[in-house]
Amino acid sequence: MMGEKVMQIRDLHVTFDTPSGPLEAVRGVDLEVEAGELLGVVGESGSGKSVTFLATMGLLPTRAHVTGSVVLEGEQLIGASAKKMRDVRGRLLSMIFQDPLSALNPVHRIGDQISEMLHSHQSLTRRESEKRAIELLDIVGIPQPADRARQYPHEFSGGMRQRVVIAIAIANNPKVLIADEPTTALDVTVQAQILEVIERVQERFGTAVVLITHDLGVIARVADRVNVMYAGRNVEHGTIHSLFDHPSHPYTRGLLASLPRAGKQRLKPITGFPPNMLQPPSGCAFHPRCEFAADVCRGAMPELRQIDDLQSACVRAKELPRAESFV
Amino acid sequence: MTTQLLKVTNLVKNFELRVNNGARRKKRIVQAVTNVSFGLEKGQTLGLVGESGSGKTTVGRCVLRLIEPTSGTVEFEGQELGSLKFEELRALRRKMQIVFQDPFASLDPKMTVGASISEPLVVQGVPGDHTDKVIELLELVGLAPDHAQRFPHEFSGGQRQRIGVARALALNPALVVLDEPVSALDVSIQAGVVNLFEDLQHRLGMSYIFIAHDLSVVRHIADRVAVMYLGKIVEIGDQKAVYEKPSHPYTKALLSAVPVPDPKSERARQRIMLEGDVPSPVNPPSGCRFRTRCWKAQDVCTQEEPILMQRASGQMSACHFPES
Ligand SMILES: Nc1ncnc2c1ncn2[C@@H]1O[C@H](COP(=O)(O)OP(=O)(O)OP(=O)(O)O)[C@@H](O)[C@H]1O
Ligand SMILES: Nc1ncnc2c1ncn2[C@@H]1O[C@H](COP(=O)(O)OP(=O)(O)O)[C@@H](O)[C@H]1O
Ligand code: SF4
Ligand code: SF4
Ligand SMILES: [Mg+2]
Ligand SMILES: [Mg+2]
Repeated sequence: MMGEKVMQIRDLHVTFDTPSGPLEAVRGVDLEVEAGELLGVVGESGSGKSVTFLATMGLLPTRAHVTGSVVLEGEQLIGASAKKMRDVRGRLLSMIFQDPLSALNPVHRIGDQISEMLHSHQSLTRRESEKRAIELLDIVGIPQPADRARQYPHEFSGGMRQRVVIAIAIANNPKVLIADEPTTALDVTVQAQILEVIERVQERFGTAVVLITHDLGVIARVADRVNVMYAGRNVEHGTIHSLFDHPSHPYTRGLLASLPRAGKQRLKPITGFPPNMLQPPSGCAFHPRCEFAADVCRGAMPELRQIDDLQSACVRAKELPRAESFV
Repeated sequence: MTTQLLKVTNLVKNFELRVNNGARRKKRIVQAVTNVSFGLEKGQTLGLVGESGSGKTTVGRCVLRLIEPTSGTVEFEGQELGSLKFEELRALRRKMQIVFQDPFASLDPKMTVGASISEPLVVQGVPGDHTDKVIELLELVGLAPDHAQRFPHEFSGGQRQRIGVARALALNPALVVLDEPVSALDVSIQAGVVNLFEDLQHRLGMSYIFIAHDLSVVRHIADRVAVMYLGKIVEIGDQKAVYEKPSHPYTKALLSAVPVPDPKSERARQRIMLEGDVPSPVNPPSGCRFRTRCWKAQDVCTQEEPILMQRASGQMSACHFPES
């Protein structure tokens, strides 16, 4: 059912010990995933997208210090035991990555890798799991699935491998599938195929999908709602149409305005550079690059506030002129 | 009046792959570039697009003679590069430069930025102290003179890409090959680097070969566009014609696969879904190389290789059943 919240992230902080000192990669993220939706997460490299969701999966290295709350189906995942997280992963929550090869075992047959995932959470006979593995390969669009199930990862192309990884991720029908840049390494014609597979899975099984990407075109194409991240914070949130029609946060506006579009003459970059996360700027971390920055922006870190039909972490959101529309 | 700077005719590059197959050693030929021809005028930009492995980088490297073509000719300012002696080629080469995709790997981490930028001058034996030239180049690409003493790790991706550009411009080239020059950069930084390329071309009048898989950036910057598939140009023409009235089915499919940042038109769009991946360039399909993924393929496409022909909207395309 849409609107029902399956995963709630509250005040999530992740700090890494690095040789140059502590690096706070995620600095208080609040975010909700609704049942069956396709939630887009955008932001530039280093903004904390991957770390946020690796934290929900319990997949961060031990030198990462994590605080805050992640509730999935009523269960608290932050601080949960390794055993519990193994049970959650694959059954309630799955994650796929940019490089499908790293997620596959090179010496095991594709079909066996899917069966193994099935066996880790369900009691099935060998026969049943083999049959189910072939069904799953068919669902993600692998032709001749029965034959392909007997092959090894190196016999598959990049796009086919990503399909296999999706089949493994959805084997136990998780509530939430996190896809971290799943098409970034693929050619556009193959990207189009993979996005279609992801949408099909979402519709057919009612899986909520969190799609992490830096590509606003991909977001425009598949997302229902969008979170924009900057310097370890969620700075804007809204439905796809509101966000593209009247972005509130100056960073979102800047991103949308910087893209090349048909018939556009001169590109409009965001000035300055992404922040150094060892020493992020005070207050609103976007202030050194923001054309609207004022003294009030350098004080406390702005929280998300409701601005019309969007949530924006810009303290000046109400005073800003209406943005150019991108729909 | 425009003058031609570069003319590439029937360029072919095959790579030999030695595959160890147990006891038997097999030789395989990768047909990376097959019969590619195009021209480039002074002050113009040719965009080279196509999926991974289509031969874009190989074309760029053959044009600059960083690798020897298997056959075909490259004429630069009226001189055929293959006929030049080593010294003559060296002298010409300073007029042709390349900027690579990865701003992190393309600079020597142990060299100061100033030394990196002046290195081409030193290599070409340009006499004198290059301090003034380095400062001029840094300012040209929007960096500060005191950046010359610093090291690459102190700079962000966008800044490093600017350093790579300054280095490429040190010898006042007439042609710069830009191989995926913004792909590694964050979206918010890309626009500034694209503007820089445009400004520099405007001021200095050089020509670009702009290689990219991002079709919207190419649409923005290129005057002419060549679409490559499995080592061949399948369509080439003015940017407007190729983007607005694509003639080759592959061009049409490629354009329809690129998501545009506008949710309304994205959701309303009729999309052409291509099946499968690009086949291996070791054994490209007979006839039309696109036929294994083409929804219009007929028997003739397997038997006869389509040749590039002029179409109504002005571009050339190689297809037996063109879209327009
Ligand atoms: N030195 C080499 N030895 C063998 N094969 C090569 C070599 N360089 C390139 N190739 C092959 O030639 C083909 C064309 O490669 P090229 O690098 O030109 O593609 P590209 O269009 O630039 O792709 P990308 O978008 O991935 O950069 C590919 O199949 C590639 O694997
Ligand atoms: N294992 C790690 N150790 C130290 N720092 C890390 C680690 N993983 C990520 N970071 C840092 O955390 C920040 C956010 O990273 P990430 O979430 O991967 O960004 P992205 O938004 O590109 O996915 C970056 O500054 C990154 O360098
Ligand atoms: S809070 Fe201030 S600096 Fe930050 S985005 Fe809003 S106006 Fe700009
Ligand atoms: S020649 Fe045939 S197979 Fe090739 S693009 Fe044209 S219609 Fe398709
Ligand atoms: Mg990431
Ligand atoms: Mg290349």
